[in-house]
Amino acid sequence: MPRENDGHAKWLALIATVAVFATSCVLVINFDRGAGVSSSPFQFVSQATWIDAGIAGFDVQFHMGVDGLGITMVILTTFLFVVATLVSFSVKLRTKEYFTWILILETAVLGVFSSLDLIMFFLFWELELLPMYLLISVWGTGRKEYSAMKFLLYTVAGSAFMLVGFLVLGFSAGPVRTFDMVTLSQSSIGGSILPLWVIFGFIFVAFAVKLPVFPLHTWLPDAHTDAPTAVSVILAGVLLKMGGYGMLRILITLMPREAHRYAVWLASLAAVSVIYGALLTLRQKDLKRLVAYSSVSHMGFVLLGIAALGQVSMNGAALQMFTHGLITGLLFVMVGVIYERAHTRNIDELSGLAHTMPLTATVMTLAGFAALGLPMLAGFVAELLVFLGSFDTYTVPTIVSVFGILLGAGYILWTIQRIFFGPPTVRWAHLPDANAWWERVPMAAMTLAIIAVGVRPSLVTSVLDGGIINIVKAL
Amino acid sequence: MTVPEGIVWAIFLLPVASLVTVTFVTKPFPRLSGFVTIAAIGLAWVFALWTLGAVIHSGGEPLHFGTYRWLRIATDNPVLNGIGGPNLDITLGLRIDGLSAIMLVVVTSVSLLVQIYSQGYMEGDGGYSRYFAYMSLFTAAMLGLVIVNSIIFIYVFWELVGLGSYLLIGFWFNKQTASDAAKKAFLTTRLGDIGFLLAILLIWTKTNTFNIPMLQTMAQNNQISDGVITLFALGMFAGAVGKSAQFPLHVWLPDAMEGPTPVSALIHAATMVAAGVYLVARMFPVFQASTEAMRTVAYIGGFTAIFAASIALVMSDIKRVLAYSTISQLGYMMLALGLGGYVAAIFHLLTHAFFKALLFLGSGSVNHATGTFDMRKMGGLRKYMPFTYATFLVGSLSLSGIVPFAGFWSKDEILANAWGDNKLLWAVAMTVVFMTALYTFRAVFLTFEGDYKGGEPSAHGEGAAAHGSGHRMPHESPWVMVLPMLVLAVPALLAGFVNFPMQSTQALGHLLEGALPASSAAALGNEKFNVLLAASSTLLALLGIGLAYAIYEAKLVRAEELRKIWGPLATLVERKYYLDDLYEGLVVRDGLYNVVCAVAQWFDTHVVDFAVNGAGQVTRKAGDTLRRVQSGSVQAYGSVGFAGVVLAAFLMLVLLER
Repeated sequence: MPRENDGHAKWLALIATVAVFATSCVLVINFDRGAGVSSSPFQFVSQATWIDAGIAGFDVQFHMGVDGLGITMVILTTFLFVVATLVSFSVKLRTKEYFTWILILETAVLGVFSSLDLIMFFLFWELELLPMYLLISVWGTGRKEYSAMKFLLYTVAGSAFMLVGFLVLGFSAGPVRTFDMVTLSQSSIGGSILPLWVIFGFIFVAFAVKLPVFPLHTWLPDAHTDAPTAVSVILAGVLLKMGGYGMLRILITLMPREAHRYAVWLASLAAVSVIYGALLTLRQKDLKRLVAYSSVSHMGFVLLGIAALGQVSMNGAALQMFTHGLITGLLFVMVGVIYERAHTRNIDELSGLAHTMPLTATVMTLAGFAALGLPMLAGFVAELLVFLGSFDTYTVPTIVSVFGILLGAGYILWTIQRIFFGPPTVRWAHLPDANAWWERVPMAAMTLAIIAVGVRPSLVTSVLDGGIINIVKAL
Repeated sequence: MTVPEGIVWAIFLLPVASLVTVTFVTKPFPRLSGFVTIAAIGLAWVFALWTLGAVIHSGGEPLHFGTYRWLRIATDNPVLNGIGGPNLDITLGLRIDGLSAIMLVVVTSVSLLVQIYSQGYMEGDGGYSRYFAYMSLFTAAMLGLVIVNSIIFIYVFWELVGLGSYLLIGFWFNKQTASDAAKKAFLTTRLGDIGFLLAILLIWTKTNTFNIPMLQTMAQNNQISDGVITLFALGMFAGAVGKSAQFPLHVWLPDAMEGPTPVSALIHAATMVAAGVYLVARMFPVFQASTEAMRTVAYIGGFTAIFAASIALVMSDIKRVLAYSTISQLGYMMLALGLGGYVAAIFHLLTHAFFKALLFLGSGSVNHATGTFDMRKMGGLRKYMPFTYATFLVGSLSLSGIVPFAGFWSKDEILANAWGDNKLLWAVAMTVVFMTALYTFRAVFLTFEGDYKGGEPSAHGEGAAAHGSGHRMPHESPWVMVLPMLVLAVPALLAGFVNFPMQSTQALGHLLEGALPASSAAALGNEKFNVLLAASSTLLALLGIGLAYAIYEAKLVRAEELRKIWGPLATLVERKYYLDDLYEGLVVRDGLYNVVCAVAQWFDTHVVDFAVNGAGQVTRKAGDTLRRVQSGSVQAYGSVGFAGVVLAAFLMLVLLER
């Protein structure tokens, strides 16, 4: 595309992301919710041999397909990329490249959520790094190079562990060596060069970085703070979920015995993440860092739900990934709206914005209440399912985590009060409200989705459950 | 007479509809927003009466309606062999019995009158439509709370009530005090709600149900172990302590006075604070099964009653006097519940709702005229505001428990219960009777008697619309405000007769007992009206009024002199026993924010992130060294590459051989 037509790039990107979203909607409509009870929960599968290393006795398959868990993540991804494209309409710098990287990123993420082969999964996982690195370091703000590099190094370090783990898993599977997840889940894995509990630890580290879990979380606030709005939406909304998704799809499914062994540690780590993340959130002065740290806290609930290894708790964990994607995505959109107008995200400088930006204030307050777990908004059901599912197994970590919703209410309400309430100020008297259609459409769509899932959670759980049943079956 | 399910749903859905209509349609037309809300709640009130009629007609038998599946995670799938944990089945169903029907009528009545009054009080406010939208939300949440039959949906609406209170208390969000108060109300009640949520988690884990009638039966039949029952009851009570502003979580309520006065009338009479008492009453069979829980409820209630009354004695802001009075009266209700006086508690909830709403509306009317809530700047208003005075007096007599006003009958039932059960708590309750009459009539005399002291010089009253001005003499409020007060004066005077003790069957008691399982109803205390008790409590109340007269009207003793005599003790009470300073200053700001959070932040930057950055430094050094490898010599690359392939092949062979 010629340079002078840069302005068209955003429209092309919008058409592309909307088309992908529409396709995924068709998939959801055609998705058989009863699957998972039957032998194969995976649907829309396409499979072909990709690399045939016949001599070495293994092959790498192009094997893609989704179950209830996968398709939930896929629709979240395609939805949030439409949002990300829209909120990027104000990007002026090298738009053609910008949207190219966004679309490559979408490909990579969708690849992760639908790969059924470990090697494919790994390649898509790595493919996501490059666009993210560039998007942050070129289109970001502040210490963008540092943050982008930190993000890259963290993830690559995790990936190295993951690759080692995957290779050992694939080579030690019996009776046939395979990287195919479906076959692996039915094979016996043993006699490898490394004990399985080490492999579990390796792969867990990779996913724990992504989720993120304390103490592997410090890349997240930096990456968020310096990333452009759309990238923050994607990062919090989708990329973090790759960690949780990987735990469910690979760790728990392929190594159930080790999962039981580690569970109590994971649950404790989850409780620490919830409280530690919330305590740090309370101290933040930068709106983006604040939302980033709150994500650490909220992802703790995901880990708790996974660790409890029950059907209810894992449904809760997966639902929490979905709802957190919507809620935190919306929070980042709103922070972007404010930042674009006020050119600051410093909470101490902002004040009384509700007077001039009533719509922004209303939507952000709603997103905030969803984040603090108000019933009838999406976040509550997910947290409730996690708590119900984990209370019996891990009572103390659950009780500790429940206090996270009190701290959550604290930082959300305090933030809303500081930026929106108070007398009108001269400095912010002329800020326009969120008035562009490409801001209002995502705000409306995400708000509706948050309310819809909050009022009718079975919209999501009925799809999810088929995938979760299949994971529980292996336990 | 029967009531169709659709009508019961409509009671809850009408305010939801007015919320949606006001938000999306009538927002630009304030007057219309008010009318829409009033029409919706008015119709809901009619339906609530219909529902109550149906319950009375059925002789107090609970009416059950269809249940709807909300969320189900089925783990009984045969492929799982029971490894998925227990089934999760969350259903939504309605249950209407005497308790919920009475609550419906109380909530809709008070809400309707408060909305009508608000038209005058909020006139000209920039957020007029927004105000009515919030009011609709708040009312809807409270109505939803009383009709559902699932503990999880009680929690759902319970939290939505919290949202409503947050929005209404912080309605004037440009005032720092208002947004502080809103935040404080939400957070304080949420602390209690943690207990409530944990109670739900516990009971589901043990019984696998959220259904209230089923839980009641299980508790009564000893199907749940004692320890679990006690923890369950105490957890729920923690939620009730928050919502009903019991010690030690009462601190949000006085601050909530920062909201518009009609909001206070609604919150403190019929909705939010009533929710806690309702919860304990609704789950009463569970509480009955645990002596420890009952004792806790009784003592917390008793302590709160006397504690809050002591603060009410010294407040100079008329709304704060009423606020502490609310806390004290709620303590009364809890005390009654804890001593088994289920009927007495709900009876008092009912009468209190009317006379307290009346008193709050009266204080709003006074503010409308004078521009202040400070009683030291009022005085002599009797002459200028005859209707406000007359109705306020009715409310005060009812609150003080003077025969034959409504408050007398319900208060006396509580005292009779206490006399039979626990002499210590009875003595506390009697003391509170005296204190109540004293602080109530202190407010009456300071506000309405003596000479007018000029109010607030410039219109500093609430909102844009306060007409108060020192230049003119105060005047009576417009009829939209006076009329609801006149209407409320009727039940404040007469509501006592719904459970008139001289009858052979007490109507209210019969209706309420129908809401309990038979074994639970049978275990209720059956305290008879005791003339001697009633006479002595009335005498105490009259003494309180007399003392108030002596100090504040006849000025036989000067209040300032008394203040001097009591010295440090008075300061302690005036500073509300320093609890706000303790919570907000020491615990939250210093303890949590400046120590715990700060330490966590220090740890994050200097330990966690330092380790990472340190590792980064090491890597960079390594990178510098390795960079030399990247010489650009193709031969060198080739040989290293070859070596790598050999190594890989070797490893593969080793691996394959195994």
